[in-house]
Amino acid sequence: MNDSTTTDTHDHNGSRSENTTDLSRRKFLTRISLWSGAFAAALVSVPFFGALLDPILNKDPHTWRRVGSLNDFAIGSTTLVKFLNADPSPYGGVTEKTAAWLRRETESKFMAFAVNCTHLGCPVRWKEEASLFMCPCHGGVYYKDGTVAAGPPPKALTQYQVRVNGGAVEIKTSPVPLTDMTS
Amino acid sequence: MNFFKKTWRWIDDRSGITDALKPLLGHPVPPDSRWLYVFGSATLFCFLLQVFTGVALALLYQPSSDNAYSSLLYIMDEAPLGKYLRGIHYFGASGMIVMMGLHLIRVYMMAAYKYPREMSWISGVVLLVLVVSMGFTGQLLRWDDNGVWSAIVAAEQIGRVPFIGKPLAHLLIGGETLGGKSLSRFFTYHVFLFPALLFATVGFHLYLVVRNGISEPPKRGRPVDPKTYRTWYNDMLKRVGVPFFPYAAWRDAVFGAATIVAVVILAAWLGAPPVEKPPDPSMVHATPRPDWYLLWVYALFALMPANIESYAIVFAPPLVLFGLFALPFVSNKGERSPLRRPWSIVGVVLVVTVVGTLLLVGNKAPWSPHFDAKLSGVNIPTQNTNALVGRTLFEQKACITCHTINGNGGITGPDLSHVAKRLNEEQMMVRIVNGSDNMPAYGRSLHGEELQQLVAFLKTLK
Repeated sequence: MNDSTTTDTHDHNGSRSENTTDLSRRKFLTRISLWSGAFAAALVSVPFFGALLDPILNKDPHTWRRVGSLNDFAIGSTTLVKFLNADPSPYGGVTEKTAAWLRRETESKFMAFAVNCTHLGCPVRWKEEASLFMCPCHGGVYYKDGTVAAGPPPKALTQYQVRVNGGAVEIKTSPVPLTDMTS
Repeated sequence: MNFFKKTWRWIDDRSGITDALKPLLGHPVPPDSRWLYVFGSATLFCFLLQVFTGVALALLYQPSSDNAYSSLLYIMDEAPLGKYLRGIHYFGASGMIVMMGLHLIRVYMMAAYKYPREMSWISGVVLLVLVVSMGFTGQLLRWDDNGVWSAIVAAEQIGRVPFIGKPLAHLLIGGETLGGKSLSRFFTYHVFLFPALLFATVGFHLYLVVRNGISEPPKRGRPVDPKTYRTWYNDMLKRVGVPFFPYAAWRDAVFGAATIVAVVILAAWLGAPPVEKPPDPSMVHATPRPDWYLLWVYALFALMPANIESYAIVFAPPLVLFGLFALPFVSNKGERSPLRRPWSIVGVVLVVTVVGTLLLVGNKAPWSPHFDAKLSGVNIPTQNTNALVGRTLFEQKACITCHTINGNGGITGPDLSHVAKRLNEEQMMVRIVNGSDNMPAYGRSLHGEELQQLVAFLKTLK
């Protein structure tokens, strides 16, 4: 019973539309379908792209982080220091930590190297007795001043800004160093 | 008629299941499409296995940068058969890559991408990209130190792209640094975005098989002519075609089942990849490595001349993709038999050899320093005090991370087991002080008598 009613309606509608369709009405209905769909899609796309592009749109502030006091670092030493990212999310846990190799050159001069190899970003290790930074990935090696000693790295280790503030040594948080094509 | 039969009749009538499936299962296929035709369906079976095990893993996994690691430990140590489940998902991914590779080679060798199946090839290339993307994002979800550092390595590669590299890299890892948002990104790609695209593209790929028919095995001297091919193909099917099910499908079923059994056996035998140290980017004692199917790229980065590397990273992937997409447009008619297309054989052998060799080299990673190496089996007379100190210096100054002596040490530099036979004292000093392209100049870091002591040690190696 239900089945037959449905079929009837379909036939009826079908034949009626064929009889009364003229070109402009057809065009108008096509356009209204497409434009209303496009409008609704565009409307919901805005928050979608907002979420997608959040990492670019939502810039991190760069702040100074204390990594120790002056007395913690002997002159001529290179030490691994750890600090929190500029704007750590409460759900990031240990992934919000960053490290740097802090070298105390003189009484007042510090250098802070990013741990990332400039080749492809792997973490370089400081070999104290050899005075070299060595990368485990593709064999990049750097001297104690961060310049390239061997292997594929295209440039010296990236340096973070570092300052002595009162008795404290501070590093300025920065984005992960990226090597660009011109290096 | 019993109740169950009646119910099934009702469901089938109202839903049209038989009407929809019968023509699909019964559609005629060329009779001689045999065992070489099973790799595509095996890839599909692996995909279904991945969906199935992926859903199970998602029940146990916490997709948060902070907690994913502990949930992985839970899966490995506490969840019932969780370790085994991870193993199947890992080897299922490997199986999918292998089967997809074999399918790609088969289709290329038989030139099945020619008229009228160009779109099958194009959608296949899209699937190739999606499957590799799934593999890589899946490796990142293994959120240990290897996971976080692999994410950074990927960001570094994208970062090389001129102008838009930086924002793209930040988009990938969810910010300027790795952090709380990183894993949410990889999880979304791996679990929602890529699978949705895969389902859609696989559906399209399969629909095309039905629309254009399975390509008949090529025969020498029977070229494809777009003007007559479809008529010829349909006539051939009418004459000799056999219903897909079960005459061709049984091989797909048997081979697909064997593939899945092999995956399960490998998972039980070799186990899931280990969960290593926590995902803490401030722990620098990490050695990131990609999973095996990307090891060849890793090897390429170590072996390529450094000055062309940026260009290779930026231009090679789009060029390779362009070549793959262009193939069916460049050659869509003519001979399909590999015997009449000898360059296709040369090409496949070349690519397989190069990628295979790079995989082996990548697995060995001779360019990587051996941080933990220690000397042994090197005997120095006790009165030679200089050489004894030099022996210690050889380890301390990290010479050993790159040079082997009597089987211990790295293999980046030359084996020094018998260096005294090759070089005299002066030559050794020049090398050590000045270094070379691939060796640091130790003149800067050796003090006082250290150089003499090191050379005294090397002179004992005859």
